[in-house]
Amino acid sequence: MTPFTVLTAPAAVLDRANIDTDQIIPARFLRHKRSVGYQKFLFADQDFRLPPGAGILIGGANFGCGSSREGAVYALVDAGVRCVIAPSFGDIFAGNAAQNGLLTVALALEGVRDGDTLTVDLPAQTVLLPHGGTVAFAIDPFRRQRLLEGSDDIDLTLAHAGEIAAFEARDRAARPWVAVRAD
Amino acid sequence: MSAPRTLFGKLWDAHAIVSREDGATLLWIDRNFVHEGSFHSFDILEYGGRRLRRPDLTFGVADHYVPSHDRARPIGDPELAEMVAQLRVNAARHGVTLFGLDDPRQGIVHVAGPEQGLTLPGSTIVCGDSHTSTHGAFGALAFGIGASEVAHVLATQTLWQRRPRAMRIRVEGMLGPHVAGKDLILAIIARIGAGGAVGHVIEYAGSAIRSLGMEARMTVCNMSIEAGARAGMIAPDETTFAWLAGRPYAPVDVEAAVAAWRSLPTDDGAVFDREVALDAAVVAPTVTWGTTPESALPVTEAVPDPSAEPDAARRMRIAEQLAYMGLTPGTRLDGLPVDRVFIGSCTNARLPDLRAAAAVLRGRRAVVPGLVVPGSGPVKRAAEAEGLDRVFRDSGLVWGEPGCSMCVGMNGDIVPPGERCAATSNRNFPGRQGPGARTHLMSPAMAAAAAVRGAITDVRRLAP
Repeated sequence: MTPFTVLTAPAAVLDRANIDTDQIIPARFLRHKRSVGYQKFLFADQDFRLPPGAGILIGGANFGCGSSREGAVYALVDAGVRCVIAPSFGDIFAGNAAQNGLLTVALALEGVRDGDTLTVDLPAQTVLLPHGGTVAFAIDPFRRQRLLEGSDDIDLTLAHAGEIAAFEARDRAARPWVAVRAD
Repeated sequence: MSAPRTLFGKLWDAHAIVSREDGATLLWIDRNFVHEGSFHSFDILEYGGRRLRRPDLTFGVADHYVPSHDRARPIGDPELAEMVAQLRVNAARHGVTLFGLDDPRQGIVHVAGPEQGLTLPGSTIVCGDSHTSTHGAFGALAFGIGASEVAHVLATQTLWQRRPRAMRIRVEGMLGPHVAGKDLILAIIARIGAGGAVGHVIEYAGSAIRSLGMEARMTVCNMSIEAGARAGMIAPDETTFAWLAGRPYAPVDVEAAVAAWRSLPTDDGAVFDREVALDAAVVAPTVTWGTTPESALPVTEAVPDPSAEPDAARRMRIAEQLAYMGLTPGTRLDGLPVDRVFIGSCTNARLPDLRAAAAVLRGRRAVVPGLVVPGSGPVKRAAEAEGLDRVFRDSGLVWGEPGCSMCVGMNGDIVPPGERCAATSNRNFPGRQGPGARTHLMSPAMAAAAAVRGAITDVRRLAP
């Protein structure tokens, strides 16, 4: 996945609370392979359209709540969005975003209008506003590191193969009933 | 003596393999469920040239795209047929046990998994579906994840997570007559909000929760995600152990397992990050009026008036929801006409749900069309053995085959644009049941009452 460092891009504003993932991408499009390009499904049934060139989406509270469909993230990423800024996010959406190089910034930004250019600086954890002000944001350090590196979690995990195998053996003895009965 | 721990804390600690200084923990996963939509995860796995670490701990179930009718014939829509076939191919290729379309155990993953005894107290369970929180009813830590994380679990049987905060929702007292688990969870979500539990695992506790059967507990935990929670849990007890006994995949040495499970409940004095208390006696049959599950009210109330809302943002939010739902402020919910009903979904398609709906419909006629979809093959056969299918058919409703059906519309079961549907499912989002569909969430008994009257109805007036 593409590493995320500093992004300067025009913003699009969707100032509504509880934009759920069914609104971001309706269920009927989820049968498609990723290779078809998910941008055409983004907000398909909504009156909102992402302006061309927008790289940052400003959303309302609880953005991405609801279904775990990663297609919601694919649709945003394939449409060119690299960062969503909202007061809060659905947990699963935020996790999916991080897996796909899409930065979620938990901030309530006031006064940003469609087309305003923002700079999101992940190493510094700041957002530079169009009029020059800077706002700091917090982010889970693990997620930040993964985004900065653009690395694959599976590779990181496999570096712990020894610990996983040791846990597996210990756990098998401690909780034998978890083993699945053969059919 | 170690510090008192919560049920959640005990599960977390027991599954932590590696804890990093930056707060990330690598968790062992005991069960992973996949469905047709999981093809993205298999694609990611294969793209990376990886194999399943523990194929014995992943189970496949066909549910999201399966047809609700005419199972004897091939699936008519080639794209839907391909989704179901693809799951079969992926399961076979990777050695995953599949409850496929022709399997008697097939059903909605969150109905079929517990039913087969795969959902165990003290276990970690994931699935690429947000309603995985359902399995928390057994005292499991169960949560929905996305396709990339499912691929990670397939490859490693582990998952990186940041420890969520713990919230306890205590419900004391007794639910009133004809007030169900669904009413309780809708009332909870209305109270704490659709984002009220973001970043938290909820433990539902208190006498009202303990007195619920397993199916009602599953209904409550199922909708934890609709309050934004990472997971919902209920401490395992005798009700849990009795329900699990004899299930096909339940442990052989069940006594050793039960002995260990008895140590799972939250210790006295354990501290939660947040506590909420609710009186069960005040919960009424509850219905949603808007486009988020938090927009729920007792059926005795009226549609809210945005002009009475002092906060400008909330005022706009109410007005937007009313516009989508085609509602006028002040309209009584009891008496609001509906065009159809849907009884089903991972929230409310288990045997007691169908019994509650049938009890209202017995000897009555539905005046609007409706679809009843059992949650699994075993639920369907048990319902038919009791004659519930006859009750539904005699009332004029359609009796379908198990699957997600009209909750999410992926199999083509959709609510036509502009139609108002009384639904026992979990989401009333714009377009959830189909473009332009208007969903009112409620309990199975309430949906049955809506079918009989052709309007939202307080089931307490109809019930025998």
